[in-house]
Amino acid sequence: MYPAYLEESIHIVEDTRVRRLIEMMPRLDDIDKKDLLRQYHPDYIKSSMRKLRVGVNKGDTTPIELADLLEGNSRIDSDKIDPTSPDYNVDVLVIGCGGAGASAALLAHEAGARVLVTTKLRLGDANTVGAQAGTQAADRPNDSPAQHYLDTMGGGHFENIPALVEVLVKDAPSAIKWLEKLGVNWDKAPDGSMRELSGGGTSRRRLHSARDYTGLEEMRVLRDELKNKKINYLEFTAAVELILDDKGQIAGAVLLNMETEELIIARARAVILATGGIGRLHIQGFPTTNHYGATADGLVLAYRAGAELIFIDTMQYHPTGAVYPLPILGQLVTEKVRTLGAQLVNSVGAQFIMPLEPRDVVTSAIIRECRERQLGLRTPNGESGVWLDSPMIDIIRGEGTISRELPAMVRQFRRFNIDITREPILVYPTLHYQNGGIKIDTNGATSVPGLFAAGECTGGVHGRNRLIGNSTLELFVFGRRAGLAAAQYAKEVKRGSPTMEHVRRWQQELENAGIAKERPVSPRLLPDYARRARGYTSRIF
Amino acid sequence: MAEQARLIDIYIMGKHYQVPEGLTILTALEYSGYHMVRGCGCRAGFCGACATIYNFRNDPQLRYDLACQKTVEPEMCLVQIPYFPAIKAVYDLEKLKTDGEKIKALYPDIVKCFGCNTCTKTCPQELEVMWFMTDALRGDIPAVADKSFDCVMCGLCAARCPQGLVPYYVALLCRRLYGRYLTPVSEHVDNRIKEIESGKYDVAIEEMKKASEKELRRRYAERDMEPALEQNWE
Repeated sequence: MYPAYLEESIHIVEDTRVRRLIEMMPRLDDIDKKDLLRQYHPDYIKSSMRKLRVGVNKGDTTPIELADLLEGNSRIDSDKIDPTSPDYNVDVLVIGCGGAGASAALLAHEAGARVLVTTKLRLGDANTVGAQAGTQAADRPNDSPAQHYLDTMGGGHFENIPALVEVLVKDAPSAIKWLEKLGVNWDKAPDGSMRELSGGGTSRRRLHSARDYTGLEEMRVLRDELKNKKINYLEFTAAVELILDDKGQIAGAVLLNMETEELIIARARAVILATGGIGRLHIQGFPTTNHYGATADGLVLAYRAGAELIFIDTMQYHPTGAVYPLPILGQLVTEKVRTLGAQLVNSVGAQFIMPLEPRDVVTSAIIRECRERQLGLRTPNGESGVWLDSPMIDIIRGEGTISRELPAMVRQFRRFNIDITREPILVYPTLHYQNGGIKIDTNGATSVPGLFAAGECTGGVHGRNRLIGNSTLELFVFGRRAGLAAAQYAKEVKRGSPTMEHVRRWQQELENAGIAKERPVSPRLLPDYARRARGYTSRIF
Repeated sequence: MAEQARLIDIYIMGKHYQVPEGLTILTALEYSGYHMVRGCGCRAGFCGACATIYNFRNDPQLRYDLACQKTVEPEMCLVQIPYFPAIKAVYDLEKLKTDGEKIKALYPDIVKCFGCNTCTKTCPQELEVMWFMTDALRGDIPAVADKSFDCVMCGLCAARCPQGLVPYYVALLCRRLYGRYLTPVSEHVDNRIKEIESGKYDVAIEEMKKASEKELRRRYAERDMEPALEQNWE
């Protein structure tokens, strides 16, 4: 239920629907887009960033919250760790188990590798399950991988790494097929054709969905398959440092039992980082759609081991995060709502942006509407937002469409007595995705021999802005490629002797730069939301 | 968080705390000083990690929900359920047949359901769990797949079943069988895979990889846009 003053504003939204039904908002041209982004997109707020002072990317700019962790102190005392006496000894160690980690583990296993998966929460607790709208693949007759390529490059402002985009679009249909063979239930017409939707920045309808539980459906199937294949996994076990050998090759990882706080040594011939996103760092104080563990751990581990990062100065703020009611502040209102026909409307009932522009453009437009034009709405808690006119969907596509296509959204708002089939949703941008990350080649290989990466923790394929449905796609495309390549690498590598020397060198570098004392320990592992009424605590033992 | 909000009394594992109204069970735990390791996942109602049980000081009836979605109420007694063991059948999907008998073969206990409906009453997603378990017993795989679709696999149904059944795993088996064997084949996907393998799009993509940024920008601006609304939307 909305407070009375917002109910009044809803009347304005209702009164303007007839006009808006036939209104076509024009797409912005290149120059208008650039201006809008420069003036309003959070990536352009220079004071929120700083240059890295140590490591491979020294001199590169990144948000302060990430810079602190990348320049962080190790959680371990290298002198007390003996990497030569491992608790586990495997071919391929997969760190993280969302969509990318699970895909990588399955393919590495299939290729004959002994695989160990480690994850700091439960198997499958990842941003993947929160992905609602769909997975892109150009498989309809009027579409083509080339068209998908062009859309993706344009969405990323033409800075994407072409070779990665090529692989993404060419592998897409077979990734969809692979998931279906594993038992994923895609939305289909009775004749077998996939029911595909458009999204922000796509020129064709190519989003494959499973109602609005797409990522959940993909993840629960992959997780189940992992168990069917009896692949070994450790839950509530985070990676806190990588292990290299004296040849500079990857040799495993130091793991931490999150409950007993014991360290575990896992030796591996190859390691795949699939640690996901960054949202829980709350860049610039934004709320986030991300899961509890999204703290950029993989970036920290890779960076300390000498892997290069790329596009670490660009984050994706999803245009439509919930701002009301308060308990779901920042949670995702899927782009599928706009895909199905909902428009963005300001306090005077007017549209101000074509709802299916790429995400960074729509986000900037909403920020402009609220901050500069003062045409947003205030929540009782003081947040500002604009209306996402969801009831338009049933008006355009017929009664019952919302309930059928968006059951998760309907359920989420119904808990707070808001019926999104009849009332619009109040939204504002929320931190959603890291566009950049660890630099990889088309097989997920990083600049450190034997270290592979896949999924959100990597960068390059999306350039400076990811399109809808390319993130879940990336998980399967690059997860599978990394799994296969890591298994192959593990067969061939001549191992050296494992050492923690790189961590010692890192600490020395921090000392030399004079920043060791002022930086936190990292990786962060989990955010700390526990309120300390008195501001301090004491250890029990 | 608005500190001026009215404070309400809640009890965490029996201990009294005061928290501002409007918090979820999860954020109320954190407000009270708990740092979560288990029992917290996507924080958005999709992963099932925070499935929880609660009741009230003066009402012993147990209630069930997701801690990240349920708002706290005065006199609530909260607990944490970090883990509940459940047995999953291990199988090779490629070797399964789709007759409904397979469900009983892998989960023989489903015949023990005596219809108490506790599973349905427990489900935080408000699914008709007992009904789809009845469908599973009859071997009606499409019905189970449809009715169980919104399952977040929190496991509360299994935790509460007096017969030790695992509805969320039974449902997953049915959905996988449905997706693998019972949905109509998507020929357009198969065709596109063959076309890609035959190299049909290599030239077009190679050309774009080599094109100048200016040229790509021109092509991007001139894309013909397919209307978002399908012609034959039912």
